[in-house]
This record gives sequence, C-alpha cells and structure tokens, in this order.
Amino acid sequence: MSTAAVSHKRRSTLRGATLPKWSPWAIAGGALAVAIGIGMGAGLDSKVQWGLIAAVLFLLFTYGIAAKVEGRRQAKDRIATSLVWVAFLLAVIPLVSLVWVTVSRGVKVLDGYFLTHSMGVVADSEPGGGVYAAIIGSLEQVGLATLIGAPIGILTAIYLVEYGRGNLARAVTFFVDVMTGIPSIVAGLFILSLMLIFDMQPFGFAGSLALAILMMPVVVRSTEEMLKLVPNELREASLALGVPKWRTILKVVLPTSIGGITTGVMLAIARIAGETAPVLLLVFGNPFINNNPFEGAQASLPLYIYQQYSQSAGANAAYDRAWAASLTLIAFVMILNLAARGIARWKAPKSGR
Amino acid sequence: MAKRIDVSGLTAYYGSHKAIEDISMTVEPRSVTAFIGPSGCGKSTFLRTLNRMHEVTPGGRVEGKVLLDDEDLYGAGIDPVSVRREVGMVFQRPNPFPTMSIFDNVAAGLRLNGKFKKSELNDVVEKSLKGANLWNEVKDRLNKPGSGLSGGQQQRLCIARAIAVEPKVLLMDEPCSALDPISTLAIEDLIGELKERFTIVIVTHNMQQAARVSDRTAFFNLSAVGQPGRLIEIDDTERIFSNPSVQATEDYISGRFG
Repeated sequence: MSTAAVSHKRRSTLRGATLPKWSPWAIAGGALAVAIGIGMGAGLDSKVQWGLIAAVLFLLFTYGIAAKVEGRRQAKDRIATSLVWVAFLLAVIPLVSLVWVTVSRGVKVLDGYFLTHSMGVVADSEPGGGVYAAIIGSLEQVGLATLIGAPIGILTAIYLVEYGRGNLARAVTFFVDVMTGIPSIVAGLFILSLMLIFDMQPFGFAGSLALAILMMPVVVRSTEEMLKLVPNELREASLALGVPKWRTILKVVLPTSIGGITTGVMLAIARIAGETAPVLLLVFGNPFINNNPFEGAQASLPLYIYQQYSQSAGANAAYDRAWAASLTLIAFVMILNLAARGIARWKAPKSGR
Repeated sequence: MAKRIDVSGLTAYYGSHKAIEDISMTVEPRSVTAFIGPSGCGKSTFLRTLNRMHEVTPGGRVEGKVLLDDEDLYGAGIDPVSVRREVGMVFQRPNPFPTMSIFDNVAAGLRLNGKFKKSELNDVVEKSLKGANLWNEVKDRLNKPGSGLSGGQQQRLCIARAIAVEPKVLLMDEPCSALDPISTLAIEDLIGELKERFTIVIVTHNMQQAARVSDRTAFFNLSAVGQPGRLIEIDDTERIFSNPSVQATEDYISGRFG
C-alpha cells in the first residue's frame, strides 16, 4: 500500500512496520460493510449469506493489507489467527442461537405447573398439561441405563488397561469400536426383537437396556483414556509397598482418575438422555404418569418433544410445550454436566501447600 | 530384622530379550551396596528382580535363584505381594500418591493392606517420618497433599512410605538423580542412618555418591548394545575405587571408558 510512507521507519533490522492493534477490528468492520453492500446490491436477502461473504472478505482483506504493510510472513501469521477466529465464530453462532431460541420459546409455558403435571386428559391441541410423566420416565430410564452401562463400561476399561493382553483384549477393543458406531435405532431394534420373542408389551426398562448398549462404548472409551493417564510410577509405588494389584487399582488408580471417569460417565449420560428412536420403539410414550419402569408404557423427554410436534397438527399450545420440554431436557443435561464438573474438581488430585 | 540377599545364576528376560545374564552376588545385612555402570547395563532390571517388580513389566521373567535368608523369592508358592512387603523400593522420580495427604501417603502401605487402627497409624507415621528426617518439616501439615512438597521432601516422603511397612531390605533406584545437591546430601545422610536397620541396595549414576554411601560396590557392564548386561565385579567400595581387579572397572571409574 504505502511502502514509501513506512520505509523511513525501517532503520532497525529487528523492527519492521506493524499494523496498529485495532486493525483487525477495522478490517472486520470494513469487510462487514462491503459484504452488506454486496448483499444488498446482488439482492441476497439471507443474513447468513452476508455473514459468510463478510468472513471470506475479512480473510482476504487481512492477508492483502498485512502482506502490503508487514510482509508475507506476518501476513501468513495474521491469516492463521484470523482463520481461528472465523472458525470460532462459525461454531459459536449456531450454538448461541440454539440456546437463545430454546430459552426464548421454552420459557413461555415453563413453570411449576408444567413441571409437576402431565398430559393426562389434556388433548394435544389444547393448552395446559406438562412434562411430569416425561421427566419421571427419563429419570428412571436413564438412571437404570446408567446403573447397567456405567459399571460394565468402567470394569471393561479397567480390564483393558490393567489386565488385558493379547487377543482377547484386542477383540474387546475392536467390538467396543464397533459398538460406538451402532445407530441408536439399531440398538432399539435389537431389544425390540428380544421383546417380540418373549411377547412383551413396551415398558421403560426395555428402553433402559437399549440406552445402556449405547452408553457402554462411550464409557469404556473415556474411562480407558483416563486410566491410561495415571502414571505407571504410581502403580509401581503401590505394588512395591506390597499392596495386591486389585487393591492398587481400587485405592490408587481409580481415586487418581475418578474425576475424569465421572466426567466421561456424565457425558455418556448426556448422550443417551437425548435419544428418541429406541425410546419410541420400546417405551412407546404415555400421557399418563407411570412410575413403574418395569411395566407398561412410559413417557420420556425427547419422545415427548417429538410427539408434541408430530401429533398435534400444528397447534400452538403443543409447540409451546415441545419447546418448554426441550428447555427442560437441556437444563437436565446441563445440571448433570455441572454436577460432573463439581465432582471432578472436588476429587481431582490436590496440589499446592 | 535386616536380611541377607544371596543371588545365584540370575538371568532376566523381557519377552525374548535377555536383559541381564548369569549374575551371582551376596548382599550382607545392614550394609549399603551400590550398583554402578553405564546406562542400559541392567542395574535397574537386576534391582527390580530382587523384589519381583520386574514381573510387573509385561513379558518380564527370570531364571536363577534369589535367596532372602535361605528362602528362594522365585520358589514355588511364593507370593510376589509378600515378597514386596519384605523388600521395599524407592524409585528414581519421587512418586507420592497425588490423591492422598502426607499422612495418608506414609500410612498407605499399612492401610492398603488393611487392619490398622488410627492410633497405631499415628505412631507408625510419626516414626517413619522421623526415620526419613522429614518429621520436623511436615509435622504441622500432615493433612496437606504430598504433592505440595519440594522434590527432595517428596523423595524423603517416599522413603518414609517405604520404611513404614517395616521391610527387611530397601531397594533404591537412583533415588537422588532428580534432586538438587542439598536434597541429595539429606538423602545420603539418611541412607547412612537407615543402614543400621535395613539392608540397602542403591543404583546410582553418581560415582562419588557410590563412594560416599556404600560399603560394597558392584560394577555392571554390557559387551555391546543389545547384549545382556553382566556383573563385572563386586568388592569393597574402597577397593573398587582405588584398586579394582578388572581393567574395565578402572576405565569406567576413571572416565576412560569407551
């Protein structure tokens, strides 16, 4: 741009011309303005298109201006930084908008009444009713699935890391990998085929079994990674004290990694809490409160959301309930995550004096 | 309390790789024996065969005999866990248990084996920390995490943890190589005190240290990379450092090794 203007400053070989600190913001503003101009001029009415044009222009402008003023190496540095920022924004915008839409639409009917009542005799198109049955169903199904999936997953991981050698361990690892890729509907169909063999009606525990299948590989993988992070020296220190191996695992290895293991289990729970397909097949859904997961159809939060949307023929009351239930589900998963972080921090190896 | 170690014809393998070959030596009770030699010559491997820690590495196995007061550690029906209670170990890098306080670290060996009352534990912890010359530095913060101590203090904590279970033999695998000279001096003084009660075997790369702390010194060497390590000679420390009987030892000690 103006090599002549900056060249008089170049006395030192160490100090080159640099763009001022505010230049990224200025370039971003300029890119946005040009993008809006292009968008209006070309008659594009989607704000998303404007944003994407602005992002591309921002990268081009950054590179061009930096290359002129600072040189090619600094320009590459700046474009790498800019790429990271643009990618960050592209990832954050949908996330923020998702939370925003869910909260703004969900709070409309979300109150104490909504949380403590179920659909009962309320027709799908009428206002009123609530998610109580779905909350109970989700809690019981996810809770039972966790009771089955988490111990099996953690024990499998302990086997793989602490004991597993040779072909059996390789086979287990392979099948865990395969299980990670099982679509949730397939897990549902698998349990459904068992149910059909024994001629059973839909009930909550069947859903738990399918969810446990989905949960196990996630728990195995994350627990395995956490156990591998425990330094071998700690195991050796314990063994060298004459502590048996099983006690070493129980008292030294697991406490050292419990924070990470808990986080992994919570993430797995968060994953299965949002599963709809196996629940639809196996638990069926129920507008009435059914506290017994071992008999009769139950409701569940994700299934409730789906059914409110699909079976209400576009009634606004049902849409509002679906959004409120979505918000409840997100809050449920978020509370679990916060609890997991709390446990992880509380149990993490302490440092400092 | 201290016991004698008698090794005869010991060969150790990692899988199909022979790490050390045909080692025989005697370690007297209440003495300090130092192992010196170049890296990879099998000093640590040999040390680990003395309390069967060698087997913790997948594929680790041995041939030959290790007698602890006439009882073969590798005999039929011997429980490696019991062996390790008799033969304690201190490692190269200080490794206190990060989830445990200073007190719990020292009590770990007893508590993890069950059946100890709080009052008994208090006594053992105090005695062990005093034995490791650490009591005065940590007595006011026994409930703080062990990882908050300095490197030298952590290593003495590990020694306290090892002697709390009252072993007969204490193995030390380069216990000072991660420490500064002052902490090293503290540990060396401690070794001098501990040898009144334990049989001590120490691996070290520091020949001055071997000369300072040990009664007997063993020199290990290997003929070429990939070949198993061998015991070249073992003798009184004074003799090894003044007038060794093998030329290779003299070359190594005087730095003419090559």
